[in-house]
Amino acid sequence: MRSDGIFIAVEVDDRAAADPELARRLTEACPVDIYAQGDDGALQLVERNLDECVLCRLCLDASPPGTVSVIKLYDDSAVLA
Amino acid sequence: MRFFEFEAREVVKRAGIPVTDYGFTTDAGEAREIAQRIGGPTVIKSQVLTGGRMKAGGVKFADTPEEAEAHAREILELEINGHMPRGVLVDPRAEVEQEYYAGVVWDGTRKQPVMIFSPVGGIDIEQVAEEQPDKVGRRHFSNILPLSDFQAKEVIASTGVSGSALNRLVPIVTRLARLFVENDMVLAEINPLGRLADGSFVALDAHMDIENEARGRHKKLLAELGVGEEETRQAREATPFELAGEQVDAQDHRGVAGNVTEFDGNLGLVIGAGGGSLTLFDAVRAHGGEPANYCEIGGNPSVSKTCGLAKLVLQKPGVEQIAVMMSIVSNTRVDIVARGVIKACLELGFDPAEKIAIFRIPGAWEEEGFKILEKYGVDYADRSVSLNEAARRAVEKIQGASAEAA
Repeated sequence: MRSDGIFIAVEVDDRAAADPELARRLTEACPVDIYAQGDDGALQLVERNLDECVLCRLCLDASPPGTVSVIKLYDDSAVLA
Repeated sequence: MRFFEFEAREVVKRAGIPVTDYGFTTDAGEAREIAQRIGGPTVIKSQVLTGGRMKAGGVKFADTPEEAEAHAREILELEINGHMPRGVLVDPRAEVEQEYYAGVVWDGTRKQPVMIFSPVGGIDIEQVAEEQPDKVGRRHFSNILPLSDFQAKEVIASTGVSGSALNRLVPIVTRLARLFVENDMVLAEINPLGRLADGSFVALDAHMDIENEARGRHKKLLAELGVGEEETRQAREATPFELAGEQVDAQDHRGVAGNVTEFDGNLGLVIGAGGGSLTLFDAVRAHGGEPANYCEIGGNPSVSKTCGLAKLVLQKPGVEQIAVMMSIVSNTRVDIVARGVIKACLELGFDPAEKIAIFRIPGAWEEEGFKILEKYGVDYADRSVSLNEAARRAVEKIQGASAEAA
């Protein structure tokens, strides 16, 4: 799954996004509420908060390597990984 | 927050400084009763938070209680500089031999109060300082250490006052300084302080201004004076633009985007950082610019809060461009502010490169911020460009754009 703001996009591996435990960890970790957990426990991306991303990497630390990417759309789509 | 004269007199009285046997009322009939109780000539004074009341007819003299009632009735209906009076103060017309001045003011530069005394009262102290500088004594004092009578004595004596007058004035000035500190004031002024025929002194008028942020510490005093919690005592009511600014600031807890004040110009300002707002506002004006607003951003506002403020300013009628400027920031992220203002332009359908006259915010995360600005072609400046130069460039740019449009 992927969601784009004006400045920031977030991409999460679809299989990882279905994992309720990962969704819980990401929801807890993000200081600006980019991640939320749906009623079914799966991960949701909150589009209106994407541009609030402070590039803190907490979501990357909370997820297995390669499952979450934070993309800086203003910087030639540089990927925070 | 300014006090009305009748409130300031009450504060003075509570501090043990002699005042006349005045009375405050909102009713003309009661003004007559007060004048009757006083039993002699009186002065009826409009209670408004603005200057020039004498010239506007807000101060009248009465020889009888009936005359006092008639004057009070007129004054209660009299608007002065857009202000209706809170009431009238009925004051005995004291036989004054000499008028003095006593005041304490917060010196923002020294960050200490300064007591000021002059044997020439009844007129603005600034005028005395200009025309008779030797007649103005002043001295800073600590607002933390205990205050000594000696400090007041030195200030008064420096103006040539001696003998019995000096001895009587020392406790008055000391008490004034003490009440200033105890009540977190920024101004406490008795002018005139009258010397009567028997040599005693009495406060004939008083002006006081309490630090807004300290209101919470003085709830009891304010309640006793009848000052409502909702009273802002601002010089004018907030405009819809300013109220909208308050809403933007209140939308989330992150950072500050506040103190939005409306002006008539064409250059919108998104400015801030540790006094930077005032400096930048003045710099814009000094270079001939016409600000559309004043505001203060800082403390790392969120993208949405910055965006909300920038949208508000961009949508203000008459605004042609905005200048986004702060001094060097450590607790506000440059990239977050850059995102906020660019997002505002984009969401309103403007080209950020055209609408943002200049972006001058160096500091935390500036490399990231500059990348964003470059992507959208916004003219930006780093810390090698002073606030003054940034303001000059913004004014030059908007004046150029206005000339082209014409």
